[in-house]
Amino acid sequence: MDHPIIEIKNITKTYRLGGEDVHALDDVSITIQKGEFIAIIGPSGSGKSTLMNMIGCLDQPDSGQYFLDGEEMVRMNDNGLASVRNKKIGFIFQNFNLLPKLTAWENVELPLVYSGLPTKERRKMAYDSLNKVGLGERANHLPTQLSGGQQQRVAIARALVGNPPILLADEPTGALDSKTSKEILDILRELNSQEHTIILITHDMEIAKNAGRMISIQDGKLIMDEGDRIGNSAINQNGHKEYQKQ
Amino acid sequence: MIELGILQSIKMAIRSIKSNKLRAFLTMLGIIIGVSSVIVLISIARGSTANVTSQINNLGTNLLTVNTFGTDKVKLTDDTIEKFKKIQTIKAVSPAVSGRVTLKRDRTTAQVSLTGTTSDYQDVRNMKVAAGRFLSDLDVEYRQKIAVLGSTTAQTFFGWENPIGQHIQVDGTSFKIVGVLTSKGGSMGQSGDDVIILPLSTAQRVLKDTAIQTVYLQGKSGMNMDFVMAEVQMAMKRMFPNGTDEYSVFNQQDLMNTMSSVTNTMTMMLGGIAGISLLVGGIGIMNIMLVSVSERTKEIGIRKAIGAKRRHILLQFLIEAIVLSSLGGIIGILVGIGVGNILGKTMSLTVSYSSSVILMSFMFSLLVGIIFGVFPANKASKLNPIQALRFE
Ligand SMILES: Nc1ncnc2c1ncn2[C@@H]1O[C@H](COP(=O)(O)OP(=O)(O)O)[C@@H](O)[C@H]1O
Ligand SMILES: [Mg+2]
Repeated sequence: MDHPIIEIKNITKTYRLGGEDVHALDDVSITIQKGEFIAIIGPSGSGKSTLMNMIGCLDQPDSGQYFLDGEEMVRMNDNGLASVRNKKIGFIFQNFNLLPKLTAWENVELPLVYSGLPTKERRKMAYDSLNKVGLGERANHLPTQLSGGQQQRVAIARALVGNPPILLADEPTGALDSKTSKEILDILRELNSQEHTIILITHDMEIAKNAGRMISIQDGKLIMDEGDRIGNSAINQNGHKEYQKQ
Repeated sequence: MIELGILQSIKMAIRSIKSNKLRAFLTMLGIIIGVSSVIVLISIARGSTANVTSQINNLGTNLLTVNTFGTDKVKLTDDTIEKFKKIQTIKAVSPAVSGRVTLKRDRTTAQVSLTGTTSDYQDVRNMKVAAGRFLSDLDVEYRQKIAVLGSTTAQTFFGWENPIGQHIQVDGTSFKIVGVLTSKGGSMGQSGDDVIILPLSTAQRVLKDTAIQTVYLQGKSGMNMDFVMAEVQMAMKRMFPNGTDEYSVFNQQDLMNTMSSVTNTMTMMLGGIAGISLLVGGIGIMNIMLVSVSERTKEIGIRKAIGAKRRHILLQFLIEAIVLSSLGGIIGILVGIGVGNILGKTMSLTVSYSSSVILMSFMFSLLVGIIFGVFPANKASKLNPIQALRFE
């Protein structure tokens, strides 16, 4: 591995809420290698989603640097960012964010529509992706005809379909019961073993334990970065070594 | 890179329109009303123009009328007629006297207008004989007491009987009926059917007046009627150098031109009004599209998160607006033709559809869709994906 897949250096993001500055991200630096499974953990409002939006190229930092797969992302234009999101990143959201009027198959197909693949190829890839998450027979169902767990699996299939190197999951199990949560986490672990870099955002320590490395964030600041028990030797950018219990 | 297929976008647009049919219908309503009223109004205007044109043509084609005001300075005589006949561009000349007479048969009496004329009158004034025959040259020469009746006159005195060969009293003198004209219908205040036509010579006696007030002239076909008219005016000036204020020469074509310019103006005004309603329809589309953009903020955010570029979103909403407006246009065309047909039947209007008007109004509705779709579509494409995703 010549360069890290994600390299964030001293990123800040400040929101102004009613005349008051909210430091959603405050001088955050993280380096993530290809194939890692990382959990970002922190209480609600700590800046997890803001960090994910930054990593996912949905938002730009106020200052700092961001290299994705060796490429500088800050100051890239809208079209460039859309392309990066399309090819390098798969999003998995807490509330699934499927398009309600499209079938499972069409939802999964959509990223490929935007990358301009011909219909036939798209169809096949989308179907394969649905099969990977075990929903081949539900291809023609609308999201409302599926259970929460099934919807999240469709969302995972959509994130996977273009075979992006990075999967970003923001509280993917937040809306699911514990049994379904476990299924979803199993899928994520399985995908990690297939070389996908996975960044899992959660406020639940039990879920975070699935990851190989845990990054803890509070009030927009990184307070812990631990290459953990599985023996992943992660680089700690901020020098925080302490382990904080939630 | 292959662009997002237009067909795919159209399919998506149709799907999102289908998912809210009532709203789609209300959105299209403005366009439907606009397009259908353009079609109805212009078709009726065109129909009545065609109607008027054919009525004017009924009065005679290439027709010039010389009228005298009955003074001594200008007297139209056989000599004058002969001079007219010598003009190269003139095909036929028909002098006429006219007045009102009382007709009587058994207990029926009626006042009708009398025309005394020659056999050429039939061609010059475009008269068609329904039964019997028209006047002949011999009738005029021998002062025959024969008459040709207009269709209303014939109906008044004979009903379902055959008038040919029967007699009628014209101001007390008995005339034998030789022909009945077909109905011309009234036009511009004149009833063409409430008449009796006698040979010129006989009519002059009945009216006790030998002055010819009117001469009808027919230009040769294909002639420029302004040119023929100039020649006739020159001939009149030569014959009556001192009486230029005592007669008038009237060109049928002028009437036609006036009429068509009036109807053209009307058509344009109606078209303009209908066009404004199309514009209002466009604003309706913009309004609904703006609502739709804010309702679908989340959808836009999702699409952007998975890689939709600004132009993809722009195209999606623009195509939706265009699909709406062109669908409205098509429905409007159908409604317009339907309403036009119904109005045509119930109000006995002549309705004349024109494919260019239909095409134009369709194109216009398409244009309205594009123009009023761009603003909401642009707004959608500019949405910040994070704000859009946070939207609930
Ligand atoms: N678009 C925004 N406008 C204003 N404030 C925001 C915005 N996004 C996030 N914030 C604020 O930034 C902080 C971090 O938010 P977020 O990253 O969503 O936290 P988490 O995902 O950890 O719950 C919060 O205080 C939140 O109110
Ligand atoms: Mg969050």
